[in-house]
This record gives sequence, structure tokens and C-alpha cells, in this order.
Amino acid sequence: MSSVLTEAAVRIEHLTMSFPAGTGRQVVLNDISLSVAPGEFVTVLGASGCGKSTLLNLVAGLDRPTAGSIEIPGERPALMFQEHALFPWLTAGQNIELALKLRGMAKGERRAEAERLLELVRLGGAYGKRVHELSGGMRQRVALARALAQDSRLLLMDEPFAALDAITRDVLHDELTRVWAAQGRLSVLFVTHNVREAVRLAQRVVLLSSRPGRIAREWTVDIPQPRRIEDADVAELSQEITQQLRKEISRHGRH
Amino acid sequence: MAGTDTKAAETGDLAALEAGLDALERPAGPPRRGAGPARALLSAVLPPLLAVGLLLGAWQLICMAEVKPRYLLPGPLDVWRALVDQWYEGTILGVIWESVSRGALGFAVATLVATPLGLLVGRVTPVRMAVGPILSGLQSLPSVAWVPAAVVWFGLTDATIYAVVLLGAVPSIANGLISGMDHVPPIYLRAGRTMGATGLAGVRHVLLPAAIPGYLAGLKQGWAFSWRSLMAAELIASSPDLGMGLGQLLENARVNQDMSLVLASILLVLVVGVGIELLVFAPLQRRVLRGRGLMDGK
Ligand SMILES: Nc1ncnc2c1ncn2[C@@H]1O[C@H](COP(=O)(O)OP(=O)(O)OP(=O)(O)O)[C@@H](O)[C@H]1O
Ligand SMILES: [Mg+2]
Repeated sequence: MSSVLTEAAVRIEHLTMSFPAGTGRQVVLNDISLSVAPGEFVTVLGASGCGKSTLLNLVAGLDRPTAGSIEIPGERPALMFQEHALFPWLTAGQNIELALKLRGMAKGERRAEAERLLELVRLGGAYGKRVHELSGGMRQRVALARALAQDSRLLLMDEPFAALDAITRDVLHDELTRVWAAQGRLSVLFVTHNVREAVRLAQRVVLLSSRPGRIAREWTVDIPQPRRIEDADVAELSQEITQQLRKEISRHGRH
Repeated sequence: MAGTDTKAAETGDLAALEAGLDALERPAGPPRRGAGPARALLSAVLPPLLAVGLLLGAWQLICMAEVKPRYLLPGPLDVWRALVDQWYEGTILGVIWESVSRGALGFAVATLVATPLGLLVGRVTPVRMAVGPILSGLQSLPSVAWVPAAVVWFGLTDATIYAVVLLGAVPSIANGLISGMDHVPPIYLRAGRTMGATGLAGVRHVLLPAAIPGYLAGLKQGWAFSWRSLMAAELIASSPDLGMGLGQLLENARVNQDMSLVLASILLVLVVGVGIELLVFAPLQRRVLRGRGLMDGK
């Protein structure tokens, strides 16, 4: 199966997912084909309920697709949820150490590695903090560090900043861009309904239509990083994408 | 090198901005208490003390009204004297210890039995369908109902007492663990799975720790059931061959028509049972819940 071209961080082909609904089945994702290259940052943009979480859960291997295939070379991808999903019975550092342990790292090395990862998301002093002692933004940074601890080459992110206030979200965008650059060949598949967020972060934006979710359009973003969410180029492209997104959504109002 | 400089400056700004946000967003210290710890203790202790005082007063009044003859309804002071007499006889601590050690041993064995049972019922669907309803049913059956059967099977022995305690405590501990596992937010399990915690590792690293609050609630209730069952068993299975516990003390007092001692024994049963719950289980539960931010305070 391996050709030169298959060396993608993830290769999704003709992916279809439907759920039982009433007497029949509701098709949530229809014939999605999408690849993410090694080191590439891709955002998938779509309206609420269009199947973004469904897509990521499939890629993460948490659910099985109705049809189609998902190929991921190497280990299981890391997944960051909208809610932090940190374990409240462990401290921030222990959460990360658990990921390290499950990945098979020797006991003696875990503590130092956890400290290093916390340092990477600029939470050097937070090792012993319980989850409830951290602010929303700090929790998502610990969750990011825990995801990085899996040392997977593919990071899946399901609207991880949606619940944060605008200022914190802005800071975490900068932080994520920095961490992604620092990690070298880390591929990111980031899902959001926020157009500016998509443009701010990605090298490529994929627009998902709703009911059923299929790929409507794709944009390449060549604005150099570090970008700011209020940059003129970001705003311009966002406007174009928003128009397309509105068109997609208003299709559903007509019948 | 202007580009690098700006970049370095921006990184520095970001760090400062983030530190500021973290400081602002974090809950600022423990909430201020109205007054010092002595005041707080007083306000926690005073209302129940007052209630107990009123109760004793009412009791005394009823006695003085001679609703029943004194030997049938002794007053608080008579009961107190009965307790003091027991103390000077030097046997009362032994009696309490007999009951507490039986209760503790029975509770420990019940925990050892109920934990794997709860795990099995909670995790294996066919077992759950078969055994789940039986466990819930057993939990609502007063375990005193088992005493006559146990006496027939085991005679007036310790085995009877332990059988009744187990039948009383096992269902509630197992059910606590099961409901604890049922109430684990699915997101923890999913997060665990993406990290590679599947199968046994998932149970050990995610499911069990997440279920601990429910399990502790089950243990606390299990202790209450152990103690109740134990008293029922001791009351009925009272024989000179068995060591003397609080239940037997109560039964002997009844046989000797010593109502002061009867009431004193009832009081001891209450105080010891509640005392262990307050001294052992309540702090444990508080610690776990606070550690997870599920309860106020430090
Ligand atoms: N397990 C399931 N069973 C039935 N329907 C489901 C299931 N999971 C998702 N759906 C349906 O699939 C659709 C897409 O859900 P999904 O959570 O993937 O959307 P989303 O794009 O992530 O939305 P949001 O932006 O609100 O997070 C919804 O209509 C939802 O009702
Ligand atoms: Mg979603």
C-alpha cells in the first residue's frame, strides 16, 4: 500500500459516517477525502452540528466509520477536547506523567519530561496544582502539554479554545503557533466554527458543509506567521471565507 | 537583525501577558471567613448542642410529669448514672470494643467481597443484567430479616453475626461502586482511550480513580449498614458463649428490667455508630472531594 505519496500524517479517503435516526439513518459526514502532510497545520471549519467532532473522533479511533478509510502511519494521534478533559484526581504534572507512562516512558524520566512540557506551555510552577486550582486558559495549556506528551506526530484539536474569553484565546493562539513551530514535524488537524481562528492558525482551511458534511472548499493561507487575528490579510481572507460559509448555511433555509 | 529582535520582544510580551492573565484568572485565595476559627467552631457546634439540650429538657419534663412510672421511663440523670456505674464496673470499654471490632472486621470483609463484585457487575453487561436487580433488592431488604435464618444455619455463633453483617453491607458497598462507575463522565474515558488507556489500563488509571467519590459514599453507607446489622444480630443472637457486645448489653438489661441501662445502651449504639462515621468516613470523603474541587474550602 505504501507509495511515495502516502507519507501523509493522516490520509482520509471517502469517509462516510451515519447515525441511526428515527426510522432511517442520518448521514453526518459524506464522502470526505482529506490529507494532512507531515508538519502541516490544517483547520476544518464548519457550522455548529456539521460533524466536526464526529470527524475528529473517527480520526482519533474513538468511533468506527460507516464507510471509507483513515490511514495514520505511526502511533495513535493525540486529541484535545473542547473541555479540558484533565483528570481531577491528579495534579497538572501527574496528568502529563500518566500520558508519558501510557506511552511507555520509563518511570525515572517522567518527572523531568513533565516539567519540560509544562515549561513549554509556560506553566513551569504548575506541576503540583490540582485542575480546579487552574484558570480556564491554564487548563487548556496543561491539556496541550498532556497531548504533546503522547509524542504523536498528529495532534487533533476539537475547538479547544471555544470556551475561553477572547483575550485568553488570542494568547493561546500565539502559544499554539509557537509550540507547533517548536515541535518541528508536528501535524495539526484543528476543528473550529470560528473563521478568524481558522485563518489565524492554519496553513490550509477546509470548509465543511452541513447536513451532510462534505468538503465545500479549501483555501491555502500564505500569510506569514506570527500573524495576529486583527491583521488586515487575516481579516480579508476571513471575510471571503465567511461569505462562503454563509452561503453554505443559507442553503438549508430554502426548501 | 531587526526581525529577530521584534520576534524576541514579542515572545517576551506574550510571556508577560500570559503571566498576567494567569494571575488574574486564578481564584484569588480562599474566601474570607466571617470571623476567627473559634467563632466558626462555635457556630457549627452550638445549634446541635442546643437541640440536644432541648431534647433532654423535654425528656426530663415528661419524666417529671410521671406519664409512666419511674422504673419504666427513667430520666436523663438515671441514664447517666447507669452509664457511670457501667464505667466503674470496668467492663463497658470491653463491650464497646467487642462490637466495634466485630463491626470493623465485618465491614472489612464486606469491602473485600463487594469491591470485586461491584466491578464485575458494573463492567460486564450480562452479569449486570443477572445480578444487578438482586443487589438492589438486597439493599432494600432489612438485614435483620436474615437473623432467624442465620441462627438456624450457624447457631448462636460469631458466624451468624458476620453473615448478617455481610448481607447487610455488601450490597450497599457494591451498589456505591457501581453507581460511582456509572457516573464517570464519558469524556474521561474517551480522553483515557486516546492516551492509550484501554482495557485493564483504562480501568486502573481512569475508571477506578474517577469512580472513587461514589465508592466512598458506598463505603460510608456500607458502614452504617454494617453497624445496624451487627446490632440486630447481637440483640437476637445473644448467648453467654458469645462475647458481649453492645447489642447483648442491651438485651441483658432488658431481661433484667433495667430500663436505665437499656436507654444507656441505646445511646451508646447511636454514639459509637455515628462517631465512627464522623471520625473516619466524613473526613476521608471531604478530603477526596476537596482534592477534586468538588467541595469548598482548603
Ligand atoms: N452518537 C451519535 N448518535 C446520533 N447522532 C449523533 C451522534 N453523534 C453526533 N450525532 C449527530 O451528528 C451531527 C454532528 O455532530 P457533531 O458533534 O460532530 O457536530 P459538531 O460539528 O462538532 O458541532 P459543534 O460545533 O456543536 O461541536 C449532529 O447533528 C449530531 O446530532
Ligand atoms: Mg463538536
